[in-house]
Amino acid sequence: MANKLISEIPLPKSIANVFSARNISTAKDALSLTEFELMELLDVGLTEVRSALSQISEIVAPPYQTALSLMEQRFQNEHLGGHFPTGLKGLDAALCGGIPFGVLTELVGPAGIGKTQFCLKLSLLASLPTNYGGLDGRVIYIDVESKFSSRRLLEIGLRSFPEIFQMKEMAQEMAGRILVLRPTSLAEFTQSLEQIKVSLLQNQVKMLVIDSMAALVSGEHEQGARRQQTLSWHISFIKSLAEFSRIPVVVTNQVRSRNHDDASRYSFQVQSRDGAIETPMQYDSHLVAALGIQWAHAVTTRLVLEAKSGERFIKVAKSPISPPLAFPFHITSSGISLLSDDGKEVMGPEINAIHCQGSFPQTLDAGHNEIMNFGMEGLH
Amino acid sequence: MEIWRLPISASQRGKLISAGYTSLSSLSSISSSSDLARELKVSESEAMNILKVASHSRGSETSNASCSIVEGIYRFSSIIEFSCRQASLYLVKFNLSRAQSAWDMLHDEESLMHITTSSADLDNILGGGIHCKEVTEIGWSSLSLIVNSVLKYKLTTAFGSESIIFMLIGGVPGIGKTQLGIQIAVNVQIPNDFGGLGGKAVYIDTEGSFMVERAFQIAEACIEDMSEYNRFLRKDFQECKIKMLPQDILENIFYFRICSYTEQIALINYLDKFLSEHKDVKVIVVDSVTFHFRQDFDDMALRTRVLSGMALKLMNLAKRFSLAVVLLNQVTTKHTEASFQLALALGDSWSHTCTNRIVLYWNGNERYAYIDKSPSLRSASAAYSVTARGIRNSSSSCKRIKMM
Repeated sequence: MANKLISEIPLPKSIANVFSARNISTAKDALSLTEFELMELLDVGLTEVRSALSQISEIVAPPYQTALSLMEQRFQNEHLGGHFPTGLKGLDAALCGGIPFGVLTELVGPAGIGKTQFCLKLSLLASLPTNYGGLDGRVIYIDVESKFSSRRLLEIGLRSFPEIFQMKEMAQEMAGRILVLRPTSLAEFTQSLEQIKVSLLQNQVKMLVIDSMAALVSGEHEQGARRQQTLSWHISFIKSLAEFSRIPVVVTNQVRSRNHDDASRYSFQVQSRDGAIETPMQYDSHLVAALGIQWAHAVTTRLVLEAKSGERFIKVAKSPISPPLAFPFHITSSGISLLSDDGKEVMGPEINAIHCQGSFPQTLDAGHNEIMNFGMEGLH
Repeated sequence: MEIWRLPISASQRGKLISAGYTSLSSLSSISSSSDLARELKVSESEAMNILKVASHSRGSETSNASCSIVEGIYRFSSIIEFSCRQASLYLVKFNLSRAQSAWDMLHDEESLMHITTSSADLDNILGGGIHCKEVTEIGWSSLSLIVNSVLKYKLTTAFGSESIIFMLIGGVPGIGKTQLGIQIAVNVQIPNDFGGLGGKAVYIDTEGSFMVERAFQIAEACIEDMSEYNRFLRKDFQECKIKMLPQDILENIFYFRICSYTEQIALINYLDKFLSEHKDVKVIVVDSVTFHFRQDFDDMALRTRVLSGMALKLMNLAKRFSLAVVLLNQVTTKHTEASFQLALALGDSWSHTCTNRIVLYWNGNERYAYIDKSPSLRSASAAYSVTARGIRNSSSSCKRIKMM
């Protein structure tokens, strides 16, 4: 609506002509100026400008919905009330049924913790027919780091849903629904995002996975302001993709070590150092999410995958509906699964900390070298 | 006052000046609009309009009090890069008949209704505890859920009229900004019998982070709290039953989803009309005011102008319809004195526009709210927690409030 042409808005003829004569052709142009700038530019009186602006505004402003109609609509039109079950019962319960539609869900964690495993499992689930808890649709998997393994995908399928995947045609159809894109640069990624927008409408796509967002950006730019700027377009584009097609979007994010210049406090906190309550934000972990604070504002749900004293945990670090719960998990040949469905509530700075202590147990069957190999060196 | 400050179009101004009218007083000698029309070679209605505008401005100029206001506004306007003429326009709107003495203002402020945050500590530092004495006396605080106290934010405008409520809340991702926004949209609907406002809410969602399931949970908890209150304190008032359902609460939240900054500006222009049709709206929550302005702008000066224009319009709405405006803001990192610190997004000139500012932050294991800027409240911080039922007092808080 923002780029609506002024000529399509039923303004009085005389003023519509003035707008077009001054080359103000869209609502965006008109609304980006203040009333006085417009008076100056169009050479008309204040009352005319005001009434024209209010007419334009009324048309451009989106209609409202009451929260009630919003809820009813979600429950009527959407499978499972707008949540996609992950199959991890405890996590699903915490998230009101699973990964929410229409918003971004982020997986962040150290290398080798199981982010890709989780993504594989999710895309497999989404491709399944609804009576198996799936979304019965296509999945677009943007595999930036070339980690997608179709062999592993089929293995997870075979172990978790043998009745489907033992039939060759069915297995073929399920796997055929998962489309993998492998952009090698940010420009290519941008291009494929734009193509996805079209295919989301045509192809019955029910889920979008991006693994990983950070790899794209960190590969090309040095840290700091430039990176934020390059990303901001992508952030808002992906958000709007999720929103208008109402599908779950899962994005992974890497970790990096904390820089000395990473801010974690406000100026007023630094000043009041005398107080006893003032505790310095001391994390025992030195890892932070690779994409910065602007990205973190944009994701609606953040799940942290971490390793602590030899166990792996999945932690709901940011969610509008769930308290910060941590669930122990492990990865088997049938994919990621929770060891316990009762989450342990975490507190304070622990919520956002990302731990990576000790080596995590390798409960994978032998013969999955591609999984064993990736990214285990950086751990200590 | 000079002609160029009049809110009229450029060509009209040009004609006036070339006809020799350079000051307002020179216009005052003109007795009829047809004279002026002939002299300027414009239509009679146009001339009439010019005279109307001129007499308006003159009216406000002749009184001493407003003179100083004029000065004040012009100084203010130069700070926020506003055209002087725009400021004079606002002056025309707030002409002197609405002036009020400080004493009257105090009375007005005391009669203002407040919206609770559902966290007693938070309300307390926001100046809430004072105005609901009777409620605290009847053991409200022992219930540990304060449905009644106050989230009060006053904006005493330069024009010296009634106070309105205008605040900005910022915090790191996951601290609970959206939660607080939803909580306020629900709490504004607490009926008058329970010390609430009984109003409706406009929720402007720019990020798509509003979760209707969560709003339902919070609404449910809010109704439970009210019936609890009923049982404890109003045994004799049988008729005062809760007839509300969570559905009713959701029904009264008007949700707007904004996808670009143009839509945001358009909506705020349109709200004027919307609110005159929905007079019972008592709060506007914008979550977050900054999101689109952080993505789409290259021209920073334009951004500042558009933002301050928007802020002025919001203040205007708050004033005209006497409602509360709650803006949620993101944080960003800022480099000062050789170190990086967290700061609210959108820069310094934007922070001038907001009268009250709260920053939410982590302190140890608890979430804290800190009053960063306010003309009437002392700087303080209080712990709060986000529970399944919404925003509540921090669980371990007895003497948590810390005045600074």
